[in-house]
Amino acid sequence: MALTIKEVEHVAMLARLSLTEEEKKVFAEQLGAILGYVEKLNELSTEGVEPLAHILPVFNVFREDEVKPSPPREEIMANGPLTEDGYYKVPKIV
Amino acid sequence: MHSEFEVVIGLEVHVELKTKTKIFCSCSTEFGAQPNTQVCPVCSGFPGMLPVLNRKVVEYAIRAGLALNCEIAEFCKFDRKNYFYPDLPKAYQISQYDLPICKNGYVEIEVDGEKKRIGIIRAHMEEDAGKLVHQGTITSSPFSLVDLNRSGVPLLEIVSAPDIRSAREARAYMEKLRSILLFAGVSDCKMQEGSLRCDANVSVRRKGETRLGVRTEIKNLNSFKALERAIEYEAKRQIEAIEDGEEIVQETRTWDEEKQVTRSMRSKEEAHDYRYFPDPDLPPLRISREWVEEIKKNMPELPEQAKQRLMERYGLSSYDAEIITLTPEYLAFFDQCVALYPDAKTVANWMMSELNKYLNQNNMEITEVKFRPEHLASLLKLIDNGTISGKMAKTVFEEMFNTGKEPEVIIKEKGMVQISDVQTLKGIVEEVIKNNPKVVEDYRSGKEKAFGFLVGQVMKATRGQANPALVNELLREYLSKE
Repeated sequence: MALTIKEVEHVAMLARLSLTEEEKKVFAEQLGAILGYVEKLNELSTEGVEPLAHILPVFNVFREDEVKPSPPREEIMANGPLTEDGYYKVPKIV
Repeated sequence: MHSEFEVVIGLEVHVELKTKTKIFCSCSTEFGAQPNTQVCPVCSGFPGMLPVLNRKVVEYAIRAGLALNCEIAEFCKFDRKNYFYPDLPKAYQISQYDLPICKNGYVEIEVDGEKKRIGIIRAHMEEDAGKLVHQGTITSSPFSLVDLNRSGVPLLEIVSAPDIRSAREARAYMEKLRSILLFAGVSDCKMQEGSLRCDANVSVRRKGETRLGVRTEIKNLNSFKALERAIEYEAKRQIEAIEDGEEIVQETRTWDEEKQVTRSMRSKEEAHDYRYFPDPDLPPLRISREWVEEIKKNMPELPEQAKQRLMERYGLSSYDAEIITLTPEYLAFFDQCVALYPDAKTVANWMMSELNKYLNQNNMEITEVKFRPEHLASLLKLIDNGTISGKMAKTVFEEMFNTGKEPEVIIKEKGMVQISDVQTLKGIVEEVIKNNPKVVEDYRSGKEKAFGFLVGQVMKATRGQANPALVNELLREYLSKE
């Protein structure tokens, strides 16, 4: 079942996407189809099956609290589109 | 003034755990480094990087939870909290949603001699975001600069129940929380460095009403004073709005330290859709009871226990014991001093009056004090054996505080030794009596005040060095003679 236009607008807002009216209609259909497909899982009986928090039966994977040197700043920041004095520079927020 | 209203406050406190490395990578957490020098692909959110949990973070979280009387979960997991913000490089924060590590605890506070229990709903582990540096003020800045050094620093978010009813209770809760966390040894709790931060949820309602009013969340509370003032302001603002027939809007507000007002930041209507889901990169935790027991066994003395000890062993008042147990360093100073000078009440009095006076004047912490606890102990012994008077000791104390010199050295340098020689003092007392016949007359006709004046004259003549007890004794003796 297709999503409502309102739902599409909400998801788009959360993803910071601006959509045309035409796109909203297309995505309402497509997202609806995807959800419908996943919905099939609900047909399975999960009685007696413990809910999983993780797909692997692995627990307590730890590192010790030991400092390792961080890579050089220039390397880390090389992909930053805009930098200044060792900072990333971003459009004004708030 | 607004007695028909009740203020309801809940606090969300973020405390930085004092691990050496970040929660999910091995970058240093040291404060004050050059921007973006303690970052790596994991904590700056490069695609495909895998977080690995720091064991120490879990240990500290358990220790904090136990200190706050919480239940420690046998099973917990990490979840992703999704939102866009420039200080959040992955566009999600790794946090804990429905299965936090600690829940159902409490903290006991005391305001105006009245004890009260403030519930703790939960405490969970999460990663800190980066820091935004604004040019100019937060609202007028033309652009923002991002430093990711703080991104990935481990935090414990402690959420109180809405049990707090006044700004003063909020402050007392914060102070108690801070001292517990300091004693537990899990955080430095430095508000000015941001390792202890607090958001306040504030609402008001008419007394007798059981439903909660619409709340606002106040951010940017960087000191105990800011917390107290912001809540006072916000409660008053809400009450006045309601009395004017306005409706309170649920929103986030910021505390403007300069203008001493709260201002609206953004409305929360659309903001609360974080789409939490379990982080597939992090396997869940099974926390064995053996681990919890071990941490419990090694728990340092907590403020409440220390307070009891001071009251029972030394007979200190609840108030005095509370002040002395505010930080572990202050208590250690007291304990070390008492080990050498067993009159604990005197030690407490000197620390709370003289020491605190100079600490406050200089805006210093006990850890920055130049002299050692043994110096205070020596000073108190010098009063007891009559070398100096209590009054002189205060002068020595000030010098000790400023220079860190030993009291004996200061006394020698200043030539401050007390005059306890009876013959010398007798001469001075006679002189004073001879020179003040009128005052002597007054005293004899029953004016006790006149006696104080005569003591003062003797002290003046000896530049404060006369042994006051001896002066008293001699004066009474002479005055009763004729």
